[in-house]
Amino acid sequence: MAESNFDTRIDYYPTHEHEGIKYRRGHVLPFGATMVPNGVNFSIYSSAAISCTLVLFEKGADQPYAEITFPEEFRIGNTYSMIVFDLDFETLEYGYRMDGPFEPEAGHRFDKTKILSDPYAKAIGGRDKWLAPPNWDNIYPHRSRLVFEDFDWESDMPLETPIEDLIVYEGHVRGFTQHESSGVKNKGTFAGIREKIPYLLDLGINCLELMPIYEFDEYEHSKTNPETGELLINYWGYSTLNFFAPKSGYAATGKFGMQVDELKTLIKDLHKNGIEVLLDVVFNHTAEGDHRGPTISFKGIDNNTYYMLTPEGYYFNFSGTGNTLNCNHPVVRSMVLDCLRYWASEYHIDGFRFDLAAILGRAQDGSPLNNPPLLESLAHDPVLAKCKLIAEAWDAGGLYQVGSFPAYGRWAEWNGKYRDTIRRFLKGEEGLIGELSQRLQGSPDLYSTRGTAAGINFITCHDGFTLYDLFSYNEKHNEANGENNNDGNNDNFSWNCGCEGETDDAGINILRHRQIKNALSILMVSQGIPMILMGDEMGRTKYGNNNTYCHDNDLNWLNWSLIDKNADIYYFARHIINFRRNHAVLRNRDHFRNADYKGTGYPDISFHGTQAWNADWSESSRVLAIMLDGGHAKNGYATDDTVYFAINMHWEALPFELPHLPQDKSWYVSVNTDMPSPYDFHELNNEPVLENQYSCILGPRSVVILLGK
Amino acid sequence: MSFTISSEISNKVAILTLGGSLDSSSASDFQSEIQKVAGESPSEMVLQVSELTFMASAGLRMIVFAKQKLGPSVQIYLVKPQDQIIDTLQMTGFIHSVHIVDKYPV
Repeated sequence: MAESNFDTRIDYYPTHEHEGIKYRRGHVLPFGATMVPNGVNFSIYSSAAISCTLVLFEKGADQPYAEITFPEEFRIGNTYSMIVFDLDFETLEYGYRMDGPFEPEAGHRFDKTKILSDPYAKAIGGRDKWLAPPNWDNIYPHRSRLVFEDFDWESDMPLETPIEDLIVYEGHVRGFTQHESSGVKNKGTFAGIREKIPYLLDLGINCLELMPIYEFDEYEHSKTNPETGELLINYWGYSTLNFFAPKSGYAATGKFGMQVDELKTLIKDLHKNGIEVLLDVVFNHTAEGDHRGPTISFKGIDNNTYYMLTPEGYYFNFSGTGNTLNCNHPVVRSMVLDCLRYWASEYHIDGFRFDLAAILGRAQDGSPLNNPPLLESLAHDPVLAKCKLIAEAWDAGGLYQVGSFPAYGRWAEWNGKYRDTIRRFLKGEEGLIGELSQRLQGSPDLYSTRGTAAGINFITCHDGFTLYDLFSYNEKHNEANGENNNDGNNDNFSWNCGCEGETDDAGINILRHRQIKNALSILMVSQGIPMILMGDEMGRTKYGNNNTYCHDNDLNWLNWSLIDKNADIYYFARHIINFRRNHAVLRNRDHFRNADYKGTGYPDISFHGTQAWNADWSESSRVLAIMLDGGHAKNGYATDDTVYFAINMHWEALPFELPHLPQDKSWYVSVNTDMPSPYDFHELNNEPVLENQYSCILGPRSVVILLGK
Repeated sequence: MSFTISSEISNKVAILTLGGSLDSSSASDFQSEIQKVAGESPSEMVLQVSELTFMASAGLRMIVFAKQKLGPSVQIYLVKPQDQIIDTLQMTGFIHSVHIVDKYPV
């Protein structure tokens, strides 16, 4: 069809005018603000509003330049839609006023004096630059904006790496490069991460999981620490203002409104380098808090639809933050689905980690559902079909679903039991060998029908101690958070190795480094998907603070000089990550069969101890060795070396008798954490042959990894 | 500062000289000029931008528009862009569509 024929469509021209602004009836779908020929189509839903007004601002202006009430004939069902012509896409800011009842006991909190942000806005203005002082008198602080959705992806597409091959690196956009030592030009931004892609490649990870990047207000609940005078803010960002908009303050170009392009450029470059991008998404609550919180968007548009409310009209608080998004209401469900489809298609996101995902399985009255429609919809969605879906399978309301999260054959989950078992074992607790063996095998006790890839194995994450602090502190030290050390988890299963905090004691520091290497080794030889916390590869410390959600300082900024200070840890981490990537036998998707189904003469997995073929499962045991037969790699679909790893968490050295290999093969040493650097590991494909092929001494609290080849 | 633009074709090379601030209100002028020179099927496009002080999102998009309009074989040169414009081009990925040079001919 010729271009000119489009121009003859009559819906490209206005039918109405209000104070010089021209408009006409709009299209109901899609919701949000969509660029159309000659104008912008606005569409919004409210089940109980009696009228709706579109409010238009020039970027940054104190007052709107126009307010257009939707004519009644523009309402279809519970939706209001309108096309407004001749708007400047770059300088427009828009919002809505909703008129309706203020009857909290009935769930309604309409207030037409408030200007409300569009739940489907693709960008939000107001926090354009990180921590720039806001105008507290702004009548509309978080303003909806338009974005161009014409990014040139060239041939890029989501990588679709098999999930069992992922090695996830959990990072925070600002924290990764904000520290002076990062050396990047645009610190604390998407562009800064892009400059560090060579580092991520060198480390060997192939998946970057970003802590929340949906627009949030870093000033939410900000306060001053009474002791230090320091400003405490919403640094982590687990409090969403809008689910479709990337955080402007994380973009060096946010001040120009180009955060969308900057983020997409980062994702495109990560993909070019074989690194997937997962987003940590927070659909369990919003930034509007409870009945005392601000009215920003959802609360004033349709409180009763978007939030789980008590019979009295107060907010259920399964998130621990004041409100709970009503995820299994059909309208909210659609919004979540629209949102994730948008990120998967428009941003080429490879997968999502859902914060407090147990909430997504609750009914509108808060009770857990047997067959939660939202989780089922996400699992079977055609656009999300290749995306990783990962649940944090618990919530603050006491629903704990690790191992029982409704998975529909698709969902994986953070394996909190892995974290706890490995931590307890590493600190020397006894009676854990049986459970340890389950965790090392990919937790078949939890995921018997779901395979090893159902579990994201981690020992540390943003919540809790760093790996260095796990072996440097017995107790949390959260005084800097200004809550009298009452916040943060008390069950850390940590051990300070003999001194609380920093010490000059060489023996303790050696032990701490060894324990870090032990932890990294265990994580990387476990079946399931390993995740490491940003900086753990270089011995990052938060000085015993296990809940640094509010600090925009060294507690959260990665200090890159640690690579030099803890070079032995960094080199070891790099080795063990690449060891995993190099050995398919560590990355099965299905569980072991404990059988020789390939006829190699060895079962796919076998258990050993100080005696070969005879693991010590007793209560007092602190040792376990596992041999993975290379002939059964990738569930028998690949061939690899045989991997034998032995773990001794006893405080004394112990000899381990080794299983015999076929005559044409020998044992080679890849890792021995008891050895000082640089002898703690040997380069890939350059491992020395083990001197004594029948036995191996494991030093106190150490790990040995051998290759049979 | 208001936006200025002029263009000429010389030996099949389209030379556009831009000055001032290129934002959404001036992007259409830039677009018209691109369309005008595209009609002459130039072999290269040269954007003299040393006097261009700001380039907003809509302006950057016009570079991609030019690339698409002229076809992948036509190279686009940006002559002496100011540092801030180079930064923005880099961070938003638009730099892949152009060659940054100090003078033309290169």
